[in-house]
Amino acid sequence: MSNKGRIQRLFEKRTGPEKIMSLFLTAGYPDPSETVELVRELEASGADLLELGMPFSDPLADGPTIQYASKVALEQGVNLDSIFDMIVEIRKNSQIPIVLMGYINPVLRYGLEAFFYKAKASDADGIILPDVPPGEFPEIEDLCQKHGIDPIHLVAPNTSDSRMQEIDRASRGFVYCVSVTGVTGTREGDEVSRSVSGFIQRVRKNVTRNPVLVGFGIRSHADAMAVSSETDGFIVGSALIDYIRGIYPGPDWVKKTGDFVRELKYGSQIRQESPRM
Amino acid sequence: MEIEKKPDSRFGSSPDDRGFYGKFGGRYVPEILIPALDDLAGAFFAARKDPAFQQQFASLLHEYVGRETPLTYAGRLSEHFGKARIYLKREDLCHTGAHKINNAIGQVLLARRMGKTRIIAETGAGQHGVATATVCAYFGMTCIIYMGAEDIVRQKLNVDRMRLLGAEVRPVESGAKTLSNAINEAIRDWVSNVGDTFYIIGSAVGPHPYPLMVREFQSVIGKETIDQSLEQEGRLPDHVLACVGGGSNAIGMFHPLLPHENVRLYGIEAAGEGVQTPRHAATLSGGLPGILHGSLSYLLQTQYGQIAEAHSVSAGLDYPGVGPEHSFLRDSGRVTYAAVTDGEALDGVRLLSSKEGIIPALETAHAIAYLNMMMPGTQPDEFVVINCSGRGDKDMETIAKYMKSP
Repeated sequence: MSNKGRIQRLFEKRTGPEKIMSLFLTAGYPDPSETVELVRELEASGADLLELGMPFSDPLADGPTIQYASKVALEQGVNLDSIFDMIVEIRKNSQIPIVLMGYINPVLRYGLEAFFYKAKASDADGIILPDVPPGEFPEIEDLCQKHGIDPIHLVAPNTSDSRMQEIDRASRGFVYCVSVTGVTGTREGDEVSRSVSGFIQRVRKNVTRNPVLVGFGIRSHADAMAVSSETDGFIVGSALIDYIRGIYPGPDWVKKTGDFVRELKYGSQIRQESPRM
Repeated sequence: MEIEKKPDSRFGSSPDDRGFYGKFGGRYVPEILIPALDDLAGAFFAARKDPAFQQQFASLLHEYVGRETPLTYAGRLSEHFGKARIYLKREDLCHTGAHKINNAIGQVLLARRMGKTRIIAETGAGQHGVATATVCAYFGMTCIIYMGAEDIVRQKLNVDRMRLLGAEVRPVESGAKTLSNAINEAIRDWVSNVGDTFYIIGSAVGPHPYPLMVREFQSVIGKETIDQSLEQEGRLPDHVLACVGGGSNAIGMFHPLLPHENVRLYGIEAAGEGVQTPRHAATLSGGLPGILHGSLSYLLQTQYGQIAEAHSVSAGLDYPGVGPEHSFLRDSGRVTYAAVTDGEALDGVRLLSSKEGIIPALETAHAIAYLNMMMPGTQPDEFVVINCSGRGDKDMETIAKYMKSP
């Protein structure tokens, strides 16, 4: 694959100061039949990139929110085949870069070769496997290369400079910067922005090939701006799922989620002016 | 008498420097834990070579745990089968009542060496939790134990013991509320507090170097068994049995015996309500390779790769995974793995209690129960060693319930 993928093109297109916003959504949460429509709303409301969570029974890097969303999705029968079907549906009228994110065991059981073949065939762009750090599973790195799926890895505050460089070399698309040592969705915004600045400077120094998106603990536009000032953008997952959990299945829950996403990206003053699609 | 020490090339070198036993093992963990595992491996390999550390470990095992534990001839049990002589390796006589304390001491010494002040652990039956709470009390360290809410009910005595010893017991409400969920929660804690916290894993599972460390600290069981067999029988045993959940007592017993190919080794898993039903914990008999809790090993899982809920009457064996070295030993054929049901294990409790005056833990009772299948094939001039990994006081409520039922 010599031509650039959607993720690279997304970051190349970005010229102004506006941050790239990546949203994480567990595939099939809150209801598998709503995922495609929900993703359309997220994109229309300002999401630049979508991380689609592949639910797992034992998500050991995730806090209570994503554990809950994973459980709800699994109880409704979500599996890798149904996720590939969702991506095919989304692609019918969207070119948003899609990154599959999940734990390795369901992928192994599906069959590595079959998984990467189907990921490409359904037109996904990248993959994040939080329990497969660079160097632990060379076959996966080869399959990403072969099928043109971008491997995205994480750096954390306790990652050494040399390890950051190794992670940068092993990644394509972007590097996921975990702003705090912890599981997803469990830190307050203030705590995140206070501690993160020195770390981000170290990331900028060592991650030079790929753009950097920062995530973990971002719950508002203000959090996002504070944490991502030195990066290419930010990632929101648990806060989005918590918001949906609070309003689903009430009236206009999809539209309200869109409003929430617009506010995340642009802040509250923009909300009234931003016309609905 | 000289023991023949011929290193078996298939087993001598495992794991490799990346923590693989054949294809099993590894360290499939979030990036946050990679520096912590690097530090841990560094500290462990340094301690392993440090005579002062080894001396401290050995003297605590002797003076605090009460090692060495006896190898007890089980005369009436042997008579009951009328075949080979049966011996029990008495890990039930260790301080706190099970083999778990051997490893807890080794790891807490490592934690102190690394300057960690906060100890966390998971527990299923509560024996590892009690052992960890005990060594934390001994050294005056903060101790938090994660335990499934279901296990808190069925192993209440051990919960009270942990609290008395000063540990905080945190109930885990996710999934089946048993050992596997407790490990998830302990890993989440470690990810969140990686700077000051040492995670003492109790079984031979988890990312490298845990399975190796647990084996190292438990292999005192197998080493003593070799010396005692030579002293009491003049040779090594013909058959050696141990129960397998995650597999710490079994690997500690088996590993020193692996090069001695005439010694037949049997790991006994929990068949729950039967391996052909969905309610069992016989990972090596009914599972497929997969990745959980940081390593590649056999795993009970659905066709979609979701982790299946295990079931066993014994909380210590109620785990859908197994240590990676056991997966390697299974595939290599060096160890025979079999499974016995809840009912057979409960009969095993009764058998050992009535014949020898020793009430075994429900976990241990699985190895006892396998005698019914194995003993008819043995010869009178052979001898058998069972690792009596723990005592059954903690299980009295479960056992009493079973004795009342028809």
